[in-house]
Amino acid sequence: MIWFVAVLLGIAVLAWLFRWKGQQIDWSEYNAKFRDMPFSVAYGYILGLSILLWLYWAYIQGRSLHPETANKFFFLRIAIEGFIIFAIAAWVFRLFGRSVGTAGTKKLFRSMPLTASFGILTILIYAFLAIFAAFIAPYGQEQIVPGVAANIIPGGDPALGGNPDFPLGTDQIGRDILSRLIYGAQNTVGIAFATTVLAFLLGGTLGFLAATLGGWLDQLLSRAVDVLMAIPSLIFALLLMTIASVWAPQLGIPLTFFMVVIIAVIDSTRVYRLARAVGQNIVVMDYIEAAKLRGEGLGYLVFKEILPNATAPLLAEFGLRFCFVFLTIAALSFLGVGIQPPLADWGTMVRDLGGFVNFAQFAPMAATAPLLAAGAIALLTVAVNFVVDWMLQKSSGLKE
Amino acid sequence: MSEEPLVKMRDVWLEGRSDETWNPIINGVDLTLQKGEVLGLIGESGAGKSTLGLAAMGYTRDGVRISKGTVEFDGIDLLTASAAVKRELLGKRIAYVAQSAAASFNPAHKLMDQHVEGPVQHGVMGRGESEEDGMELYRKLRLPNPEQIGFRYPHQVSGGQLQRCMTAMAMSCRPDLIIFDEPTTALDVTTQIEVLASIRDIVEQFNTAAIYITHDLAVVAQMADTIKVLLKGDEVETADTRTMLSAPTQEYTKSLWAVRSFERPLKPAVHTGSVPVVSVQNVDAAYGTVPVLHDVSFDMHEGRTVAVVGESGSGKSTTARCITGLLPPSAGQIMVDGEVMPPDYRKRSKDQLRQVQMIYQMADTALNPRMSIGQIIARPVEFYLGLKGAEKRKKVDALLEQIELEPSQYYHRLPSELSGGQKQRIGIARALAAEPKFIICDEVTSALDQLVAEGILRLLARLQDELSLTYMFITHDLATVRAIADEVVVMKDGRVVEQGPKVEMFKPPHHAYTDLLLSSVPEMDPDWLTNLLTERGVDNIGDAAVDKM
Repeated sequence: MIWFVAVLLGIAVLAWLFRWKGQQIDWSEYNAKFRDMPFSVAYGYILGLSILLWLYWAYIQGRSLHPETANKFFFLRIAIEGFIIFAIAAWVFRLFGRSVGTAGTKKLFRSMPLTASFGILTILIYAFLAIFAAFIAPYGQEQIVPGVAANIIPGGDPALGGNPDFPLGTDQIGRDILSRLIYGAQNTVGIAFATTVLAFLLGGTLGFLAATLGGWLDQLLSRAVDVLMAIPSLIFALLLMTIASVWAPQLGIPLTFFMVVIIAVIDSTRVYRLARAVGQNIVVMDYIEAAKLRGEGLGYLVFKEILPNATAPLLAEFGLRFCFVFLTIAALSFLGVGIQPPLADWGTMVRDLGGFVNFAQFAPMAATAPLLAAGAIALLTVAVNFVVDWMLQKSSGLKE
Repeated sequence: MSEEPLVKMRDVWLEGRSDETWNPIINGVDLTLQKGEVLGLIGESGAGKSTLGLAAMGYTRDGVRISKGTVEFDGIDLLTASAAVKRELLGKRIAYVAQSAAASFNPAHKLMDQHVEGPVQHGVMGRGESEEDGMELYRKLRLPNPEQIGFRYPHQVSGGQLQRCMTAMAMSCRPDLIIFDEPTTALDVTTQIEVLASIRDIVEQFNTAAIYITHDLAVVAQMADTIKVLLKGDEVETADTRTMLSAPTQEYTKSLWAVRSFERPLKPAVHTGSVPVVSVQNVDAAYGTVPVLHDVSFDMHEGRTVAVVGESGSGKSTTARCITGLLPPSAGQIMVDGEVMPPDYRKRSKDQLRQVQMIYQMADTALNPRMSIGQIIARPVEFYLGLKGAEKRKKVDALLEQIELEPSQYYHRLPSELSGGQKQRIGIARALAAEPKFIICDEVTSALDQLVAEGILRLLARLQDELSLTYMFITHDLATVRAIADEVVVMKDGRVVEQGPKVEMFKPPHHAYTDLLLSSVPEMDPDWLTNLLTERGVDNIGDAAVDKM
């Protein structure tokens, strides 16, 4: 505690010195900047610099040969290395996009921020893995290779307990984690995508209808949605999944189908709210009035006049909703009612290997096993949001 | 000090950032303002008048920069002054009155709390003293109930009162310079008079210098000692108000002045007994349980323009909504060509809908921003006339030519790529595409610059002659009425107060309300406001008020 206060005070002194020195030196164009710089801004600069220096120091520590020190900073080291590698990959990808392709795509890449190019690259890689999982994965998703031990540590270094044939190790019953991660992309991402699309078809259509027609239909739909939203969504989903797990074998329909429908219905309530709110803002526009007075039908109003003007907020919501659905599926699988074993699913993988996290302090390599699947989820979520942010920025810029 | 000007801007260049490049907004304008002088800045929208006004405070909006030149206020160079020096000046010695008072006040705080913030912050007065001073200012600005009004929230007072409260707030530190950015543009003519008179009195009384930004020439003629005309970032000319009005030297200024002279030739009287194109008969209407229209009746004959005038809230637009069927009247009926129309537009046939078309005030919201011009105009052509393919394209091209836009150039553009006047023309083309008999024009020119508005009026007049259209022209601008109307209907509080041919309407005797409306329209004569106030018997506050300075 005392150290913490001392560091903050030290930074304050440094910040004051930094500003004072800046005011002394004659830099012509920076003079006004230093003169009008509030103390808080100077503090921010110094704080940022200190954090950067500390990160650098920690990275050096993580690289140290002394295993105890290295272990302590292991995850930070991975994070920093990952960050740099991804940044370079995104930059190269953008460079590639700028020089290859049609004039349209080149123009698109030229105005693209690095975050968006990272997002697109990541999503493309995920999509590629999901589609060609069967060809890429070295083993099957449920395949237990005979004679191979369970719980092989990731890294593939025999000296540390790894196995070069299984670069990311094996799980608790000896299945290859790399293969399961690749198949997981197919199962988890594919199902999440289908669910989100369904939720948008349902919620979007009803929301626009409610906004356009108003009156009792709007009241009825909105109150129904209120009731659905009043129930905590995860618990509601759990309840319905439990019921569905009884019905599924009787009706001969896969449980996954029920899961898609249930999550889509629950999530469509949020989409409905957004579509209705956006729709209501558009419906009061004069061009809608003009179309109504022309005698246009409902279909034309919704799909030709309202929908094109609502794409930007809906697209942003699609990105977010996709992540939420994705996390819901992972959560349900984690709780054991989602995607059923032996199908590979990232949520299930986190649950099954979760115990290893306890070893993080002593054997970071062992603890990475559950973090691989968790990282896959996190990475996709971040990537989707980057792309959506960029799209939003583009479409809002277009309006001006 | 008396010889030194208060504001001295020399060779100021401003640039705005868009599409990753800096584009010029103001190209080397000089501006000099003496203590106590009022300078009128006029120009069309996009001429850079607001940007220049703000630059006089040493301030630029985001994405705008001063690339060259100097701005001096009372000998202080505002462009190189430190933030601390500027803080000391802004609000205390330089104040700003924005266009929309409703959008500029914080709705969560009472007016007085916002009023005292400046003086207290700058250490000019204590809170109690400042409140008393605020009441004094409210009294001088002729606000009703000056002791109490400060303790209301912004939404509890009217637009004109709010604009005066903002002027009082700007005066609270007794600044040397106030910048008024179109302070009366959003107000009705009758309210505008009060605000103008109050602003003029108080500026005179405290010997405050002011920069008055507006696009309304008649308004600026009342307020300013000197007028500076801007065109696309260049100064056109600067002169003393009287000189400028009587003898403008530049072509552009002359054209601005000439706009108000547009007037259509009179048409012969309507044959008695001919069937009116649209007839509004004893219409009552209500929004929910609130009655809005009471026994409204008038006829509109073929090839005529009927102007419906009145202040906001008088029921002009509601009458239009009744005619189109958007608001079914609670009593009375609408007849088109002698045929009774179903009250609800949903019950009308395609052909009945086709006959009544509408042009909207805000062309921005009247055109779908995601559709191209071609699509927007083609839709009614396809919908009503059933044309397809090449025939449809031909009809759309013909319509674009009719509104004086080159078809090949505009067909694929989006509305956002058009100027305000061009958008309004597209609105007209969309209405024409249905081949209607009758068009409702709802304040079609009020959002446009005067030159552009005149172009639209001329276009509408030409189309009327060619296609013998009937217009219902809703407006609050009597200059527009004078220019285009054949007949006039005056409305107030949902009732028709007076109606008749235009010639009779502009000749006394009038109904008292018509008289008030007519006399409130600013004229180009710089003495007009003074004369009017004397005529109406309002004393120039100067005598009664106590000068505390």
